[in-house]
Amino acid sequence: MRVLMFGWEFPPHITGGLGTACYGLTKGLSKHGTEIIFVVPKAYGDEDQEAASIRNASGIPFDMKDEEYKAYWEHIKYLEVGSNIIPYVSPEYFSKITEETKKTGEEFKSSVFSRDYEFSGTYGKNLMEEVARYALIASALALKEDFDVIHAHDWLTYPAGIAAKKSSGKKLVVHMHATEFDRTGGNVNQQVYDIERQGMEEADAVITVSNLTRNIVIEKYGITPDKVFTVHNAVDQNDMKNHNGNKKHFEEKLVTFLGRITFQKGPDYFIEAAYKVLQKDSNIRFAMAGSGDMLLKMIKRVAQLRIADKFHFTGFLQGSDVDHIFSMSDVFVMPSVSEPFGIVPLEAMRSSVPVIISKQSGVAEVLHHALKVDFWDIDAMADAIYGLCHYDGLSKMFKKYGKQEVENLKWENAALKVIDVYNKLLNS
Amino acid sequence: MKAICFYFQVHQPMRLRSYRFFDIGEKQDYFDDHNNSYIMRKVAQKNYLPMNALLLDLIKEYGSAFKVSFSISGTALDQFEAYAPDVLESFKRLAETGNVEFLAETYAHSLAALKSKEEFTNQVQTQARKIEQLFGRKPTTFRNTELIYSDEIGAMVADMGYKVMLTEGAKHVMGWRSPNYMYTNAINPKLKLLLKNFQMSDDIAFRFSQQSWKEWPLTTEKFVGWLTQINRDEEVVNLFMDYETFGEHQWEETGIFNFMRALPGRVFSHSDFEFATPAELGEKLQPVASIHVPHPISWADEERDLTAWLGNELQDEAFDKLYALEEKVKMCDDPKIKQDWLYLQTSDHFYYMCTKFFSDGDVHKYFNPYGTPYEAFINYMNILSDFIIRVEKQTRYSKTDADEVKNAAKKLIETTGKMAKKKSRQAKKVVKEKLDKTKEMNFEDIKNMSDTAVKKLLREVDLQKLSAAMEDAGEEIREKVLPNLGKRARKQFDQMQEELKKVKKSDINKYKKEIEDKLRDIFGNKK
Repeated sequence: MRVLMFGWEFPPHITGGLGTACYGLTKGLSKHGTEIIFVVPKAYGDEDQEAASIRNASGIPFDMKDEEYKAYWEHIKYLEVGSNIIPYVSPEYFSKITEETKKTGEEFKSSVFSRDYEFSGTYGKNLMEEVARYALIASALALKEDFDVIHAHDWLTYPAGIAAKKSSGKKLVVHMHATEFDRTGGNVNQQVYDIERQGMEEADAVITVSNLTRNIVIEKYGITPDKVFTVHNAVDQNDMKNHNGNKKHFEEKLVTFLGRITFQKGPDYFIEAAYKVLQKDSNIRFAMAGSGDMLLKMIKRVAQLRIADKFHFTGFLQGSDVDHIFSMSDVFVMPSVSEPFGIVPLEAMRSSVPVIISKQSGVAEVLHHALKVDFWDIDAMADAIYGLCHYDGLSKMFKKYGKQEVENLKWENAALKVIDVYNKLLNS
Repeated sequence: MKAICFYFQVHQPMRLRSYRFFDIGEKQDYFDDHNNSYIMRKVAQKNYLPMNALLLDLIKEYGSAFKVSFSISGTALDQFEAYAPDVLESFKRLAETGNVEFLAETYAHSLAALKSKEEFTNQVQTQARKIEQLFGRKPTTFRNTELIYSDEIGAMVADMGYKVMLTEGAKHVMGWRSPNYMYTNAINPKLKLLLKNFQMSDDIAFRFSQQSWKEWPLTTEKFVGWLTQINRDEEVVNLFMDYETFGEHQWEETGIFNFMRALPGRVFSHSDFEFATPAELGEKLQPVASIHVPHPISWADEERDLTAWLGNELQDEAFDKLYALEEKVKMCDDPKIKQDWLYLQTSDHFYYMCTKFFSDGDVHKYFNPYGTPYEAFINYMNILSDFIIRVEKQTRYSKTDADEVKNAAKKLIETTGKMAKKKSRQAKKVVKEKLDKTKEMNFEDIKNMSDTAVKKLLREVDLQKLSAAMEDAGEEIREKVLPNLGKRARKQFDQMQEELKKVKKSDINKYKKEIEDKLRDIFGNKK
């Protein structure tokens, strides 16, 4: 079987969980003999598959010499199209940053921690234009290439998927990694919503990364339940490493948040819970790693609560810094308001860090050895943090079984489910 | 006669290095030595060295007629010693002329006056000692960080024995009054106040090179012309400014050095002004009134208040967390902790966290090594978090030492108690024996005896022993016994009671001394 796949990011250039998921999934598929033509917008221009060190979502280094990796590329045809699509950016933000770049001619710094989005060359007037351009290229590509099914990841690639379907007449699968409701918390951009809905309506099957997302797709987008299938994400087992060597240099327990500091991730609930814990036990430290549009507000809040000597901001972390902070952490918290899946807790677990996750996350559906709380229930979150910091028996159990659990979440298994979906379409 | 009083502020903070979350608990070097030495060398070349040379020339030329005053922060002096001994030498040469007064301030150029009288006083003393040691004269005039002043701060300064203090002639405090007189503190009129003439000071410090200013370019003719227009009976024009004005804020190219070189000559030839130092003015001028400043003022920004350093959430959190450590730092005797404690108090760190000028900030931005106040805050808090860990560790050790002493003291008190009990038991026994001899009664029965019987008993008992026994006796017995003592016996008894107390006191002193020895054993060798 041959699949024409549209993505928007791929290692090494990734900003979130999507690139990692696409990589893991294609790798899983290739193990079962599926061939893939993977198309991504070329936003950076410096991809060098040989030289670049490939990293996953949170920047854990990937071994390029891995045999499996070499075998993987034999099954993959990797195509790039000129485009400036930037993941995880709303259309408003896109126009803001591109305009700024034009105005000042300088790099635009997205936050105080200078996580630079590097731009060079020219930009489309807006993100929608870029999406349309990508679709145009896709329809041309679909005529040229030979494949059995089309698979498009997230809304930016849906117009491309639809265009490819129309020009080739092949079946279309769209993959919902996140919905506009997750990203904005209900403050939905109508254009994005429309593209998402149109994509799912035109598609012959919709894959969601969790039942949580499946329900949103059915309820909020009115998609027929029969064609919506849940395939939970998995973890790339290959770059699993035992992280050690990095130890913390203070005595207190460390509770960590790692993710984009945006509404969706619920950083504000983490701070309020931290405050509650610190009222009871000042012998715990908290760290917020990441960057995003809510960062300044969060810093101010921490100062306001007068906990800045125990609550630290690390800025955006990648690579070995991520390993470092996990190796220092005693508890990891993902308090997401709405998380279609959520891959970071899995990375924490495989570094033997007990995790607390919000019930409003897809990953909660597959994990047993994690404490689950409602994102808004800061009392329960504080309780869980306090418990994991104080009751060794509890944290020991979570460490041990959590790691095993993650090791059993394999992309090969997820890929089998995806192949089932393909087969259903091809046989109908 | 009218006077021009020049005061120049010399200050460089110990800038912090970029200190990450991962460094907390591990790295103890907080200061950016490289950047600090780089900036010090740069400012030395552009400002301190040429301007000091210029002032020395002027003093040579005009003799005792030309005078200026300086306040140099301890953090600046430390950096002169480390990176620019040539600058320190040139200040010493200025000091040798006798025409230059050096003022006292807080060592760390800190905001301690707003938080802790003790810390404030300590820092001022440390600073004054350093000035005396370097320049040979103990300061008698005080200026607080950024000219921050209030009635209470003035009173603290007066308590330290300073006679004159400098502050801002802030409009909202002065109202219709002119800054060109001597004033006094509202709480303690002994402290005289010299107020900055901000109009004429800022003409030099800020507007000198401003081409949009209608008086640009500023010439000595113009400036001295304005001086002569000042009201006839006004007595002093206080020109207070950052020393970095000369060559650093106003570049050499603006002509600032030429202006200063020509100014004294023009003053002497075209006005009846002379130059004086704050201490001289403190001797010469009579105060015209006291000034009420209930809320602190400063020389900063349009508002002339504290909002550049304190008031937003970031600044208040950092400031309060820092000073929450004061008591514990005092318990530490590690010189590195003491030094870091000083350097972390420098007002600049809080200035960098100011959000007032987030959008436009020109002056602020120029001096701010951080991109945003948030970065400044996070970096400072990372360092402070590490500093807290160090201080906690030190004081924890001290605590265990203190516990040891406490236990030793407890043991001593127990033994003394035992000894005292033993003594009184012995005395009781003697009394009892006497009692038994007379009537077969026990000590407790005294309270039921008739007065005559008691008197009889008392004649038999040795007063000294009685006295000792009484110490430990119940109230009832005392009441029964004491009135029945004859006048003389009573007096003796009282004397003996006193002596007994003394004896015990000496015992106590003996024990005290033992405790002290123990203390010395434990703490004395640490240094």
